[in-house]
Amino acid sequence: MTQRYLDYLDQLEAEAIHIMREVAGQFEKPALLFSGGKDSITLVRLAEKAFRPGKFPFPLVHIDTGHNFPEAIRYRDELAERLGEKLIVRNVEETIKRKNLSEPKGRYASRNALQTHTLLETIEEFGFDACIGGARRDEEKARAKERIFSVRDEFGQWDPKRQRPELWNIYNGRISKGENVRVFPISNWTELDVWNYIKREEIALPNIYYTHERECLVRDGKLMAWSDFIFQEPDDVVVTKQVRFRTVGDMTCTAAVESIAHDIDGVIAEILESKISERGATRIDDKLSETAMEDRKKGGYF
Amino acid sequence: MDILRFITAGNVDDGKSTLIGRLLYDTKQIFADQLEAIESSGRVNEDGQVDLSLLTDGLKAEREQGITIDVAYKYFSTERRKFIIADAPGHIQYTRNMVTGASNSNLSIILVDARKGVQEQTRRHSIISSLLGIPHLVICINKMDLVGYDEEVYDRIVADYRRFARKLRAKEITFIPVSALKGDNIVDGSELTMPWYKGPSLLEHLEQVPVSRDFNLEDARFPVQYVIRPLTAEHHDYRGYAGKVISGTYRAGDKVTVQPSGQATTIKSVELGGRVLEEAFAPMSVVLQLADEVDISRGDMIVKAADGLEVAQEFEAEICWMHHKALKPGAKLLLRHNSTETRCVVRNIDYKIDINTLDHLEDVDQIQLNDICRVQIKTASPLLLDKYADNRSNGGFILVDETSFATVGAGMVAEVEY
Repeated sequence: MTQRYLDYLDQLEAEAIHIMREVAGQFEKPALLFSGGKDSITLVRLAEKAFRPGKFPFPLVHIDTGHNFPEAIRYRDELAERLGEKLIVRNVEETIKRKNLSEPKGRYASRNALQTHTLLETIEEFGFDACIGGARRDEEKARAKERIFSVRDEFGQWDPKRQRPELWNIYNGRISKGENVRVFPISNWTELDVWNYIKREEIALPNIYYTHERECLVRDGKLMAWSDFIFQEPDDVVVTKQVRFRTVGDMTCTAAVESIAHDIDGVIAEILESKISERGATRIDDKLSETAMEDRKKGGYF
Repeated sequence: MDILRFITAGNVDDGKSTLIGRLLYDTKQIFADQLEAIESSGRVNEDGQVDLSLLTDGLKAEREQGITIDVAYKYFSTERRKFIIADAPGHIQYTRNMVTGASNSNLSIILVDARKGVQEQTRRHSIISSLLGIPHLVICINKMDLVGYDEEVYDRIVADYRRFARKLRAKEITFIPVSALKGDNIVDGSELTMPWYKGPSLLEHLEQVPVSRDFNLEDARFPVQYVIRPLTAEHHDYRGYAGKVISGTYRAGDKVTVQPSGQATTIKSVELGGRVLEEAFAPMSVVLQLADEVDISRGDMIVKAADGLEVAQEFEAEICWMHHKALKPGAKLLLRHNSTETRCVVRNIDYKIDINTLDHLEDVDQIQLNDICRVQIKTASPLLLDKYADNRSNGGFILVDETSFATVGAGMVAEVEY
């Protein structure tokens, strides 16, 4: 009997490519949501594998909160330029001004929630019917139940009770007018899988993923990058530390971890040693309540 | 290192969550903050231990009711393998969720309470696993600590199960006596408590099960998902067919036919991301270039010339109904099979399968939520089918409601009519 062996990273890659091509085959106006973080950088590499030597059948779309790390923004622009793919940027700042929205205030102020506004507006502006994103099921317990093709209503809302059963590798992308689908090709990858893939593919990342010296505020035991955007209190202590970022989101809600990892092997070694989950170590937006993620997803968040 | 996808079906009472929790915990996949979140919720199980079911029951409604409703996916890995767990509910009213989780699994863990032996639920989970074509079953005889680790109890349950299992299609059935609570035979062995058991622990077994052989590498099937046409100066005449090798193998020079048109041609090259590969095999996603200009679009299938693929518009299938509104014969639906979609009508219900016994119930006039029935289907355009039992990746399909577009059923091709 014929025998072949496909490595686990190749299996994950094959599944993700298949999903992206289903998006290209089933939808009129798809988009790839690109944040400059490692998960969406991985998606871009997978799109190259899926569609080269052709062009991507979708633009890269970035919802810029205005509070992003400058390193991530620079990386985003260079990547789009190098690949020759279309990049669409929409700013939360503009949504705030145009719609006269109020900025969240206080200690946990973050534009995370406002980002959803701009995302929904952008979906409407371009008529996107499918948005590919880099969410993974291992990130959070509500995400563990998310489908690969996740149907959202006109308000972008996720209804866990209305989720479509997803069998074999058959994805039902049929939607009614006004609805759209969020698609998660790396659902079955873990944080470590992503890093191992980045290593294997020799993908360059923004340097904030590796150790560097940074001024940080210590807040609830976490290190927050000091910036003009972050809410400061008189008794806040600013410390200088050797840190790296495990996730890269908004500067206001993404914490750094102390690290000496200056390359990918160092990062992988630290992850294997780590006793705290990726989101647990770095996200203060999930900690606000036990169902913070489920609630945000119901409201249209990724 | 490869991947094993397995399903665990059951409820908190069965010790399923304890078992998953044990696997995750003992392989160090539970992080301190996740454990802390569970501890701070204050829920403990009947044994006074932290309730590990909270790790898998992620939705508010599930935690409030203390049950698993939807399939949750959990991940862990060892040096040898990455594992993807589809954690599904066990009650009969959630059969559709178990069917969903089983569709992508190569192995099914079935828990038997050593005090109770083979129960209706044991049989139901085994039957669903078998209907969905899962090749490997692992029967964990759990709570051995509560029967004094008695070998006779274990032997009796194994004999009972074997008698029932003659009806099942599974390729391999393995029995392991365990105590999920105490950790016997989960990750480590049981030399002290059950010296009479000489087999592997559950984790050792999961690491060793040969899954690469579960991919069908005989019948070459390549459904085209998307056509790549760069139309640039460099690739002016380039035409690549993007898809996934769902079964079989492909190499440059292989003679193939394009279905359903039947045109014959040869593979010019096999590529991935613009790089040429020597060979593609299931489950790789690749691009095929063909030697001749053939008219191909999404939904067509490139198969090896020698293969006997069946092009059918009428066939029998086992379907699991997943919607509250019952299905009546004559109902029209959308049918999605790989990258093809067509309209179909369910013409006749042959019988309903009693999923607790595998008995056939005749004279069924409609299919209710969670029912599994043998039906006759006719489609508007021909499909390129294999029997599910021969080729799992080309014998499954889903049924979609024509107006709401909800996925309302899952089907497995039984007999194909020519």
